[in-house]
Formats: sequence, structure tokens, C-alpha cells
Amino acid sequence: MLFDPNIFFAQLVSPDYIKGAALSVGVAIVSLILATVIGFFMAIGRTSGKTYLQGPAHLYVWFFRAIPALLVLLIMWNALPQLIPALRADWFSPFVAASVGLGLVEAAFMSEIIRSALLSVDDGQPLAGRALGMSPAKVMLKVVLPQAIRIALPPTGNEFIGLVKYSSLASVISLRELLTTAQVGVNITFRYAEYYAAAIVYYLVIVSVLSVLQGLLEKRFAWTSKTTKPKKTAGAVLGDKVGIS
Amino acid sequence: MTTQAVLQVKDLHKNYNGNAVLKGVQFDVDKGQVKAVLGPSGSGKSTMLRLMALLEPADSGEIHLKGRRIGSKDHKGHTLHLPERQLAVQRQEIGMVFQRFNLFPHLTAVRNVMLGLTSVKGISHHEARAQAMDMLKKVGLENRASHFPSELSGGQQQRVAIARALVLNPSVMLFDEPTSALDPELVGEVLEVIERLAETGMTMIVVTHEVRFARRVANEVTLFDGGVIVEQGAPEQFFDNPQHERTKKFLSHVH
Repeated sequence: MLFDPNIFFAQLVSPDYIKGAALSVGVAIVSLILATVIGFFMAIGRTSGKTYLQGPAHLYVWFFRAIPALLVLLIMWNALPQLIPALRADWFSPFVAASVGLGLVEAAFMSEIIRSALLSVDDGQPLAGRALGMSPAKVMLKVVLPQAIRIALPPTGNEFIGLVKYSSLASVISLRELLTTAQVGVNITFRYAEYYAAAIVYYLVIVSVLSVLQGLLEKRFAWTSKTTKPKKTAGAVLGDKVGIS
Repeated sequence: MTTQAVLQVKDLHKNYNGNAVLKGVQFDVDKGQVKAVLGPSGSGKSTMLRLMALLEPADSGEIHLKGRRIGSKDHKGHTLHLPERQLAVQRQEIGMVFQRFNLFPHLTAVRNVMLGLTSVKGISHHEARAQAMDMLKKVGLENRASHFPSELSGGQQQRVAIARALVLNPSVMLFDEPTSALDPELVGEVLEVIERLAETGMTMIVVTHEVRFARRVANEVTLFDGGVIVEQGAPEQFFDNPQHERTKKFLSHVH
């Protein structure tokens, strides 16, 4: 059996694959948002220096770093609805279960990324914010977070890409994301190479687009004014730098 | 007008891990007075400024700003430190300039100056920008407004930091060795800004190693050592006729 380009290209543009890819990215986006929010509060708890906040945060990270994501998904989809009747309703779809499940696991990892980003912000920064009379919340929001985000951005990009791939685990709870779509097609046609190759292309495109987006985002955090008056500014700045060194 | 003390410090004590850094510091700063604080490294000068800026709580003692006690209050015979929220409000009255500038690196110069106005005083973006530009003009940096701190020299950064504190219109300005982190050729521009500020009648305390500056600009000079004030007086008396051995020794090293 030879590689049949026609089958390959037909799958590449098939609605099933497009829908599968959209589901994969969708799960990754929702779980990353959830993970960032939970991870942020865990990181705040762990850096707070208060035992009653550090304890639970520590416990959370310990628990979800230890449990395989696959097991969490199975628990989300199979065990929890047995225990909690409300989760037997229609709204609790495989998409919701997968996003929340992966989000809970990912939060443990995001909390470590965010924690180290928060710690990397110079002590003088919150000090200067407080000296201006800013409230603790404003100091965090306007001074510390913008600087921590810059540090957290590259590893978070990594995690996002990981989540796109981890979304394939959701096949066990019958979410028809990208890899499941390929697998279903293979089971019917036995054209392994063509169906898997189409999946490869999708993953490559998704991750490439994400990398470009990440690069654009990181540029926004470059903190230079090089777009304004390039020549004169660059010369003046360079002059200063030379003068100092 | 009576010369009422803007800032009063009463018997301030501070320990770090059992080390007494401040051992009962007491002084007044009158309105419009420029107080220079000299002293060797580790003598507690910077700690004293941080306490006055309400960035750290004192172990004991009181700080009064314009006759009102700040930072702590008495509660049934005990000293109670105010919560961070209330401290934040009181800090608006006190301008602080740090040795290492501590500009916000993610904001342009003008945005650094605006942040206090918009997020503390609740002034509109438009109005805050106008005030910030005005203040940058006063420190001679209006043409650097849209530059980020990493694109400014140390001297320029410190001038932005002064503008940032000044724009909130504080009752007193505290300078913590404002030129110690600067290359020698950049010290002058910062001292000049501080000197001009002194001429406008701003009440200030300047912790510094710049003896000549202290002599020229201050109307009271203080020597700090071992967590206490050793000597304090008018600059002529302090420099030309010091009373304490410790002061004589200190001056012989820095002159």
C-alpha cells in the first residue's frame, strides 16, 4: 500500500479535522486560562509568608503534580458525575470536563512559573509603589504583575503548546479532538499514514502559529521606545551607554 | 507664620534580628527646612528614612506629620501599627527617592510620573499626563518623556524618580543617598535638581555622602552613627566647629 496523497489532502481540508483541531486548541485555551487564574492565587499563597495560605497552596501543587493528567480526566468524566448529581446535566460535556481537568493539573505547574516570576521582580519595585501611596492591590496590578508577566511569558508559551498536545488525552472521555479524529478515521479506513500525516500537519501549523503569537506578545514587553524617532533616539541612547561603560 | 515642625520623630527604635539599628532617634524638621544626614554606612540612616516613609514599622517611638501621628496609634496603652491600607493613604504626604531609583521599567518616563496621579489620586489620564509633563520639564527631561528607564542614564533616571515623587505634592521629601549609585559625572545634574527644589521651600531630609552639597544646600546637618544622632547643627557650626570627637573624626575622613 502506497501513500495516497489524495486521501491525505482530503483529510487535511475535511470538516472533521478542522473541528478536531479547533477542539484541541479550545481545550488548551480554556485550561490555560483556568490554570493561570488558579496558579496565580496558589503562587500568591506560596509567596505570602503566611502559613494558613502556604499550606493549602502547597498541598494543591503537591497533589496535582503527582496525579497523571489522564487519571484526572477519567475522574472528572466518570467518577465525579457519580458522586455529584449536578454534573450529570447536559452542560457537563467532554469539552468542559477536559478543560477543567487539564486546567486543574496545569494550575500546579503554572503556579510554579508564576511564583518564580513574582520572586524575580526586584524588591525595590513594590517598595517604590508603596512609597507612592499605592494600595497593596494596585502595587500588585500596576507594578509587580506587568513585570512578572514578562518573565512568565516564555515558559507559559511552552505550557500552552504542551496543553494542545495534552488535549489528545481527552480522547478517553470521548472528546473528538484532533488525534481522536485521526484515530476514528484510521479505524474505518486503515489508511494509517495518510490520516496520521494530516494530524501531524495540523499540530505543526497550530504550534507554529502559537510560536509566532508568542513572539509578537514578547515584543510588546520589550520596554523600549525604538518605534519613536529611531535615528536620533538610537544615537543618543548609544551615546549615553558608551559614556557610562 | 509660626515655624511649626512638619515632621517630628520621637524616640524611634528599630531592631533587625536582635541587632539594634536605631536606638532612640529624635528630631524635628521645620517647614522649608533642608536637613542633610551624614554618617558612615550601616549607621542606620537609610533605616530611619524607611521608617519615616512608613515602609517599615518602628519597634517603638512615634512619627508625627504636621502635628498628626502617622504609622501607628495608641490602643489601650499599646502601640498599634496601622494596616497597610491606611499607611498607603498617609504615604501620599511623603515623597521618597531611593538610592537605586526604582523606576518602573515597564513604563515610560512620563508614565512613571503619571502612575501615582492616576492610581493613587484618581486623576484622569489626560490631566495626569499634563501634570507629569510639567514636572518632567522642571527636572529638565521633557524631551525624554517617552523613553523607558533602560534608555535613560542613571542621572536621568534619578531625576524622573524625583519628578515621580514630587508630582504627588508631598509635604516632605526624603532622599536616600540619591547620588550614591551614580557615575561621578552624573552626580551634578541630580544634586542641581535637589538644590533647586530646596530653593522652592520644599521641606526635605537628604541622606547623603556629598559633604560639599550638604554644606551648600542644607540649613541643618546631622551626623548619624551607631543608630543615634551624634551631632546636629547649622552647617557652618557643624563643619567648622564640630563639638563631638566622632564628628571631627568623620569629617577628617571625608574632607
